[in-house]
Amino acid sequence: MAAKPFAQLVKHLFIIGLGLLMMYPIFWLISSSFKPNQFIFSEPGLWPTQVTLDNYINGWRGLQGITFGTFFLNSAFISIMSVLGNIITCSLAAFAFGRLRFKLSKLWFALMLVTIMLPYHVTLIPQYIIFNELDWVNTYLPLILPKWLATDSFFILLMVQFIRGIPRELDESATIDGCSQRQIYSRIILPLLVPALITAAIFTFIWTWDDFFSQMIYISDIKLFTVQLGIRSLFDPSGSSDWGALLAMSALSLMPITVVFFTFQRYFLEGIATTGLK
Amino acid sequence: MRASRRSSLAREQNLTAYLFLTPWLIGLIVLTAGPMLGSLYLSLTKYDLFSAPKWIGLENYVQIFTNDSTFTSSLMLTFKYVFLSVPLRLAFALAVAMALNKGIRALGIYRTVYYIPSLLGGSVAIAIVWRQVFDGNGIVNGFLSWFGIEGPSWIAHPDYIIYSIISLSVWQFGSAMVIFLAGLKQVPGELYEASAIDGAGKGRQFLSITLPMLTPVIFFNLIMGIINSFQAFTPAFVIGDGRGGPLDATMFYTLYLYLKGFSFFDMGYSAALAWIMLLIIGLFTAIVFITSKYWVFYGDSKEGK
Repeated sequence: MAAKPFAQLVKHLFIIGLGLLMMYPIFWLISSSFKPNQFIFSEPGLWPTQVTLDNYINGWRGLQGITFGTFFLNSAFISIMSVLGNIITCSLAAFAFGRLRFKLSKLWFALMLVTIMLPYHVTLIPQYIIFNELDWVNTYLPLILPKWLATDSFFILLMVQFIRGIPRELDESATIDGCSQRQIYSRIILPLLVPALITAAIFTFIWTWDDFFSQMIYISDIKLFTVQLGIRSLFDPSGSSDWGALLAMSALSLMPITVVFFTFQRYFLEGIATTGLK
Repeated sequence: MRASRRSSLAREQNLTAYLFLTPWLIGLIVLTAGPMLGSLYLSLTKYDLFSAPKWIGLENYVQIFTNDSTFTSSLMLTFKYVFLSVPLRLAFALAVAMALNKGIRALGIYRTVYYIPSLLGGSVAIAIVWRQVFDGNGIVNGFLSWFGIEGPSWIAHPDYIIYSIISLSVWQFGSAMVIFLAGLKQVPGELYEASAIDGAGKGRQFLSITLPMLTPVIFFNLIMGIINSFQAFTPAFVIGDGRGGPLDATMFYTLYLYLKGFSFFDMGYSAALAWIMLLIIGLFTAIVFITSKYWVFYGDSKEGK
């Protein structure tokens, strides 16, 4: 028996050690963002010998007179609109697939499953052409509209599975009480679907916040820049970047996601475990 | 009377269903199915966004397969990325999940800490940090120097930069680990007890119980991992120089597709690349699906009893 606690201790130490190693890049980012520029690469330790907020002040100024405040508001707007679009339209579709009988339902459901696996790139160019023709390049419509048309079908599947777990007796008794299908959706299913809605909302928020690729393709007007685009513009791969400012804004850019994660942690880890998200 | 009432109910339900599905159906037609066909058509044309597409038949495809060394090298690079990062990430995820599984204390905290890289890893910010981590005087080389090894600049060297990008992907093993943890919880404890009585050791138990019971989870992670890794863009774009350099060592398939379409405005060519990518991803998914009946074990199937 004496060996057991010792083995447990070794295991804990190993897990903690690996955890610290994994967190190191994030610690480095935070610590460096508070170091004066000339110390970022010369001072190896995590604990800054000299703490400064200059990087945050310089970084916040942003680009060409547009501050990072604007970039954050823009990113927040896109992310929140995307979240709303996804939870509304995906839950509508999921209710139809999960509860209603209708013609061709099997065909549509199969198509929905197929679209989950489609790579974004195969629709990219025609979508760009459509949005360009509509003069929507350099607006947020190409980024937000797809979410209002339930194109993230992954979340439909997530919600369908959740709805199938809600007992049908609830619907039946509501029908006897004179509820229409629409009322069953809004009064019975939707309130019970909240955990799945939260999971979908969190992941939509994070993916939209981080969605550098489509933002880069559709947005070139600096007034409309998102946080990701702002950071990318501060960064010069040839090496002459203001690293302090860049790292400070990078650290800030991770804040909203981190806050969302810690607020909804319970839904998060359960959501991944039961559905296999990301 | 009853029959007609039932049919009117059915009609009402049919109507309601299509009403609920309207946004999704519009999206499916306008943003998915239409554009898919559109890009198939464009792939058979020469198109620069500013003048009308010009029909050239299979010329783009012929060019890609016979006379485009960047296509070949970007495909090989992407394969290398997918086939190293996906298995490594799964192996790490499984190993740590096994270590965390057996009623360990503070599981919640460990799980959170290990998940954080998956949470943040997709951002531009972390890709920029990664550049510094693997730079000539970065953290990795600082660590190596403790052992007297003088590491190269992983970012500047075309042979090594791919490994720093792979490591960024493996670093994010936490999400797969959470799924494995949930899968491990489903394995009935009696199986281990029974096998221990039969004299099976730890290694034997892992191979004969844990691994087979987890195959459905591995299967799912493998498919999603392949599909997602094939589409990786941000790490290659930010850790590299955004144009595939140094020496095309970060020219991932999606980056090449992006540059062709949106830097050189050769959109027909880019659409052809996208369709080839779709077929390759489809092929790999099909292979995993077809072989799955030989290696994925479903506990509730007939063989189980």
